[in-house]
Amino acid sequence: MSGIDAATLHSSAAILARRVRGGEITALDLVEGYLARIVAYDDDLGAYLQVAADGARRSAEDLDQRRKAGFSLGPLAGVPMALKDLVVTKGLVTTAGSKMLDGWVPPYDATVVEKLRAADAIVLGKTNCDEFGMGSSNENSAYHVTRNPWDRTRVPGGSSGGSAAAVAADLCAASLGTDTGGSIRQPAAMCGTVGLKPTYGRVSRWGLIAYASSLDGIGPMTKTVEDAALLLETIAGADPRDATTIDAPVPRYRDALSLGVTGLTIGLPREYFPPGGLDPEIRIAIDAVVAMLREAGADVVTMSLPHTALALPAYYLLAPAEASSNLARYDGVRYGHRASLQGQNKASLADMLEQTRAEGFGPEVKRRIMLGTFALRSGYYDAYYKKAQQVRTLIKQDFDQAFAKGIDVVLTPTTPTTAFEIGATNSPMQMYLADVFTLACNLAGLPGLSVPCGLNSVGLPIGVQLMGRTLDEATLLRVGAVIERRIGLGDRKPALTAESDTQREFPAAEPPTGGVA
Amino acid sequence: MAEIGLQEVTELAMLARLRLNADEAETMRRELQQILTAMDALAAVPTDGVAAMTHAVPMDLRLRPDAVLPSLAPADALAAAPATAGDHFVVPAAIGPHE
Repeated sequence: MSGIDAATLHSSAAILARRVRGGEITALDLVEGYLARIVAYDDDLGAYLQVAADGARRSAEDLDQRRKAGFSLGPLAGVPMALKDLVVTKGLVTTAGSKMLDGWVPPYDATVVEKLRAADAIVLGKTNCDEFGMGSSNENSAYHVTRNPWDRTRVPGGSSGGSAAAVAADLCAASLGTDTGGSIRQPAAMCGTVGLKPTYGRVSRWGLIAYASSLDGIGPMTKTVEDAALLLETIAGADPRDATTIDAPVPRYRDALSLGVTGLTIGLPREYFPPGGLDPEIRIAIDAVVAMLREAGADVVTMSLPHTALALPAYYLLAPAEASSNLARYDGVRYGHRASLQGQNKASLADMLEQTRAEGFGPEVKRRIMLGTFALRSGYYDAYYKKAQQVRTLIKQDFDQAFAKGIDVVLTPTTPTTAFEIGATNSPMQMYLADVFTLACNLAGLPGLSVPCGLNSVGLPIGVQLMGRTLDEATLLRVGAVIERRIGLGDRKPALTAESDTQREFPAAEPPTGGVA
Repeated sequence: MAEIGLQEVTELAMLARLRLNADEAETMRRELQQILTAMDALAAVPTDGVAAMTHAVPMDLRLRPDAVLPSLAPADALAAAPATAGDHFVVPAAIGPHE
């Protein structure tokens, strides 16, 4: 058992890395500290799908020995991280939250995982998510529901809900999520953490299990804005293995954090404040952020993004269309689930494909594959798929025009409601509305940041969303740092109670096996 | 507004290689109809002359040097396959004697 206290495990990744580099704490003690919290709390929360206890211990011991030997350590030295289970990890089971990939051990690391390891971060495990990233509550995971650490009767949001819950409950120091229509920002808002969706192409998608390739992105989910900046510096950059990455220098984003907001123009799009369509307590919290930013020196103006209401129908045609193509690869041949077809001696390849996909995919994934197949079908293509692509252009033009008029940052609520109760949403359309404020950012390919801006009257977190120009993550982090310093959540964190009857534990290191990284 | 019937659901399932039983097909029909009704908001938007966007960040198709790079060893590529024989994936017959 480590001698690390709860306050240390609540520290930011930046602070932990400094303390490991300085020899104040060891990476192994940190790993043991988080493993002990996972044992105590995660049977109840369900944030993790896989915990790589042995692999994390080996990495930590290696790092501690390198430090003692006088080697310099990377910017994430000894930082235990949880990765959303859509990011592939060599030798560590990766499922995408789907039975289709139950038990799959990838033969390679995603580019972002290579970069984290090169920066001396430690992979602690893989976090739960809606199947293939398709969902807004984590209820679409094929494995279990993740509970919100602030109120365990409620969802953590999704699809990166496991990552958000793990960060909020101090079951890791930081995490990576993925965001196709809001899947980093929405759970970050609902769990009181920071979530950054970078510009499309800023971070390599090599090794990200594809959902909708023109919208998908990987980004940081962290306890502080500084950590989001630090992680983005680590994972951003062009990658020859992903031809859609942008070949632009990666700035030192942390340099922007102390610049303040004087001289910035912040736009409030009236379409994101619909009468009756926004929780009144969220409205009050956002109004307080706006008043603070004005007082801090920003020029805050109202503005319009007139095609906002079309983002939801455009997204739910385009993303499923891309998904129906991307998920065609799950055929039971090269990896993943295959139907047994027992007793069917004359079963053909077509029988195997149809039965495998019927068994391996859950209801929401099937729904989106069917919807996408419909949208791409001859006879409907122009009316649905092409039309949605044209509307996507109009949505992007809305943002372009706002930025051309001098808006630096667009500020909105991240979500229309705080975290809702598990099981409360029972129609697909109702669930899709949970992403209504985050979808346009993906369609336009822009960076988006969610920062905590208070708790509501029953103690649930509220997030404010900042959207900016292509590749201008620095300005979002700059504004986010001011919101964090002057409002944020302060010292408030979820009150967790350990399971008294838990028998689960991660025994001390054993000889390496193939199942852990 | 597109009306989705059970026959269309069956055809889409075949195209998507998904096997649905009768109950699943009816549920799917109802849910697709509900979703597509909400999508009809797009139909009223004037888009004549508006370019269709495939990627949010404008980019040309990129070329890279045609160089041989390491690839997965056969054993690694086959390690997760449900059925193998030698260096091959095994699948049921694609074309049976009845065809």
